[in-house]
Amino acid sequence: MPPISRGFHRRRQPDGDPSRVPPGQYVTGDFPVLSAGPTPHTPLEEWSFTIRGAVEAPVSWSWEEFVALPSETVTTDIHCVTKWSKLDTSWKGVSVDTLLEAVESKAEYLTAWSDGGYSANLALDDVTDGRAWVAYEFGGLPLEPEHGGPARMLIPHLYFWKSAKWVRGLALTLDDEPGFWETYGYHNHGDPWLEQRYQGD
Amino acid sequence: MDKLMLDGNAVAGLLQEVFAAEMTSAIGSCATCGATEPVGAIHVYRGAGIVLRCPHCDNTLAAIVRDERRVWITFQGIRALELAWERA
Amino acid sequence: MARAAISGRLTWQLAEVVDVLTETPRVKTIAFDVADWAGHRAGQHVDVRLTADDGYQAERSYSIASAPNGTRLDLTVVRIADGEVSPYLADELKPGDRIELRGPVGGYFVWEPPQGGPLLLVAGGSGIAPLMAMIRLRAAAGSAVDTRLLFSSHGWDDIIYRDELERLNGNGLTVVHTLTSSQPPGWTGYARLVDAEMLAEVGPSPAERPRVYVCGPTPFVEAVAEALVHLGHAPQGIRTERFGPTGG
Repeated sequence: MPPISRGFHRRRQPDGDPSRVPPGQYVTGDFPVLSAGPTPHTPLEEWSFTIRGAVEAPVSWSWEEFVALPSETVTTDIHCVTKWSKLDTSWKGVSVDTLLEAVESKAEYLTAWSDGGYSANLALDDVTDGRAWVAYEFGGLPLEPEHGGPARMLIPHLYFWKSAKWVRGLALTLDDEPGFWETYGYHNHGDPWLEQRYQGD
Repeated sequence: MDKLMLDGNAVAGLLQEVFAAEMTSAIGSCATCGATEPVGAIHVYRGAGIVLRCPHCDNTLAAIVRDERRVWITFQGIRALELAWERA
Repeated sequence: MARAAISGRLTWQLAEVVDVLTETPRVKTIAFDVADWAGHRAGQHVDVRLTADDGYQAERSYSIASAPNGTRLDLTVVRIADGEVSPYLADELKPGDRIELRGPVGGYFVWEPPQGGPLLLVAGGSGIAPLMAMIRLRAAAGSAVDTRLLFSSHGWDDIIYRDELERLNGNGLTVVHTLTSSQPPGWTGYARLVDAEMLAEVGPSPAERPRVYVCGPTPFVEAVAEALVHLGHAPQGIRTERFGPTGG
């Protein structure tokens, strides 16, 4: 056990209902900004969202078309693998169920891919039945670039690295193909309630 | 430019712990664009783990993920690393 | 050309506080004694690790502000209002307290007198710390190498090491301040953010091939490095150390 630094303690954080905080997590009142690379700045006129890959025919929406899709407001808790959890975050976006209705596919997996090269792999089971969205508003305001704007994935039941920032589409795949962090050491699935943080956990 | 970005100095301690050598003066070459720079001059981003990117083309040179007991280091974007060699 | 790799596995060592000095209202220097300290080079830093009694740990990096001097090393800490580590280091530590640190670290952002000059040192706020180690080493070694420090601070009372820099000014060292938020009455010096014009007026010309060291927050370092390249300075001659927030 390393020596104790007299009088040092972690910064005070708001208390959270323990039943809402997964093991090893602490509640934060901030919204920390973490990034694997430079913030992209795709102008909305050039932005599109595409579902492609193992589909009968790919489909694409422009920004205007995307925000005209049926949307939902979601209030949920989010959990980052770096141990912070933020409760009662509110978002607006399009359910992945709605998006997948536009394609026909036998695929069981998909990869969310983003501007800047980031990606996260997901099982279809994890993003359907109201478990995932493509969000473009946070806290009632347009999603800021540093938090993933114009649009990011929102998959609250998995560690937040799966909720890819700056998302531009979903590639449906027949096999599970590890994304950015899954390739570099993080867990393939990422369930915070089972503490699936790293490969081999 | 990202205001959260740092340079290779920020991971000097971590790299020295792992490699038992001072790494920031090692010269790395980018497998994507071929540029060469000292590790101290490369761009460091902190996400779920640490990402080292080429300051010329932004491609990922290396990624570092660690928990209490293990560290994963992936080098797929580095073509080669050159360190000075002092033979005993 | 890669420089010699300094080998040796880093371990955490115990550092004992021997003194705490107030530099400015928000900045303190903490002087440590580390029993087995093997010495350091000007520009290197240490990683500091704090452990709370529930086992929670926090790590931060701080540049060594002092020139090599036996088992002694000084860290200069800016108290960040809602920070987790800096208020502890700046306000809580007393002589006799011990914390863990690891180092010295870094071989890229270093200077020693045999490397010569001319030197252009550009500091933004607390970015002065590693550059001060270089300036102090230069003085201790009796070096007269042409050295220019361009130091950006918010106001007169925010200038870290102000009096010592005034004393060291001369004998080949030129200290130039720019005060970006407020200036004292009668101030005739620079009163704006560092830009290309200022760098051209203060620094050696590109033809003199100076060794340039820039340290401070990332946006500051980016702006200065870009301006220097615009002026014609070789990118390989410019070494940067970016300070940043801890993020998440």
